[in-house]
Amino acid sequence: MTERQPQPLLDGLSAPHRARLLGLADDREFPADMRLFDEGGSANRFWLLRSGEVALDLHVPGRRPPVVETVGAGQLLGWSWLFPPYHWHLGARTLGPVSAWEFPAHRVRALCEAEPEFGLRLALHCAAVIAERLQAARLRLVDLYAPDGGGPP
Amino acid sequence: MSTVPVPYRVLSSRPETPDCVSLTLAADGATLPAFAPGQFAMVYAFGVGEVPISVSVVGDGTVTFTVRAVGAVSAALCKLAPGETLGLRGPFGSGWNLDAADGSDVLVVAGGLGLAPLRPAVHRLLGRAARLAVLVGTRTPADLLFPGELAGWREQCRVEVTVDRPTPQWRGSVGVVTALLDRVAVGAETATALVCGPEVMMRHTADALHARGVPPGRVQLSLERNMRCGTGHCGHCQLGPLLLCRDGPVVDCAVSRQLLSVREL
Ligand SMILES: Cc1cc2nc3c(=O)[nH]c(=O)nc-3n(C[C@H](O)[C@H](O)[C@H](O)COP(=O)(O)OP(=O)(O)OC[C@H]3O[C@@H](n4cnc5c(N)ncnc54)[C@H](O)[C@@H]3O)c2cc1C
Ligand code: FES
Repeated sequence: MTERQPQPLLDGLSAPHRARLLGLADDREFPADMRLFDEGGSANRFWLLRSGEVALDLHVPGRRPPVVETVGAGQLLGWSWLFPPYHWHLGARTLGPVSAWEFPAHRVRALCEAEPEFGLRLALHCAAVIAERLQAARLRLVDLYAPDGGGPP
Repeated sequence: MSTVPVPYRVLSSRPETPDCVSLTLAADGATLPAFAPGQFAMVYAFGVGEVPISVSVVGDGTVTFTVRAVGAVSAALCKLAPGETLGLRGPFGSGWNLDAADGSDVLVVAGGLGLAPLRPAVHRLLGRAARLAVLVGTRTPADLLFPGELAGWREQCRVEVTVDRPTPQWRGSVGVVTALLDRVAVGAETATALVCGPEVMMRHTADALHARGVPPGRVQLSLERNMRCGTGHCGHCQLGPLLLCRDGPVVDCAVSRQLLSVREL
């Protein structure tokens, strides 16, 4: 594979828009097993992962939080910052060391409002990511790998 | 290619998962021509019936099939012990077009048991592909085929595994196999993809590859339909204009994608 880790969200933006977005980012490194956020908490940041993997989990009282999905290199971590009331729908924990760009949600939203063209592009990209995850979640509702392919003939 | 079953003896029977077994066989007399990766045999459990099974390892004088017990014939095959015999016809069908993969980035995308037909292709590609990534999706960690071999491949190429239903001990990826596509860089227009798994997974993967710029003509899918003769005569395996035992099971997406969307063809 070509060596550069693809960044579908960034790669889909024009060079000036990419630069504007990255201009707001902090480079972050997280150790393994670190909680990045909890369900219901304030969704005031989001990340684009450069390497490593983050588990998204659900709070279930009295149980270790079950992992519903993982997000890896090249992927967007967090979209609850896009929609009021800006609360996380899931919790997140690093599985191993993670490096990421961290974006302050309020500044990105302010930039979207100040530059509607940028805002539209970014919102469309996030919507595409959300649509793909919705499709993936629907696929997993079907027990795809069962002998009968998930349903009666 | 043989049209009458030829006896083969079971050299070993290796449980792979709770419902899958790999049978390594050697000829008990006449030998069938060598199988190419992606081709299949009609495997006959004496007194029970005959089913199509893809080659899982092409050995030196041996051939291995990985069988999942789902019904009468496959369950009978999974119960065979070393020393017992079965009947084989084949090799049948078109295999993976590995020449198309020469010098290009290759993505191998497997869902569940789909890793078995892809396994001999990976064996060949490890020495040939410019860059190789193997992406595997499976139901649970216990359903993962060939974990030891995947660990060996990991030293030579990129291997990513994701599960639908993790156990508390699972430390790897969780989600559909297409989510792994974002993690590997490919020269999209020149990459070749080999895909095998449940049909819904293959359709979804083909669409995801297309969305990432891989041309349909460079995406090969291994398709399954009921088969009987294996020789293009009975019509059981028809998919539109194709007889999959003869024109498949490996068909490129430029030909097959549209056919897979048509209901009750
Ligand atoms: C080209 C080709 C390659 C194949 N390669 C392999 C392989 O490498 N390993 C392997 O284990 N199987 C493989 N199969 C599938 C295998 O042929 C079937 O599982 C087998 O025919 C089932 O027969 P049975 O008598 O055991 O079960 P049946 O009594 O015929 O069926 C039992 C149950 O399994 C389901 N079933 C039957 N066929 C399939 C199928 N093709 N896919 C999913 N569910 C099915 C039926 O709907 C039914 O619910 C392949 C099929 C094709 C066409
Ligand atoms: S199985 Fe008879 S035509 Fe294909």
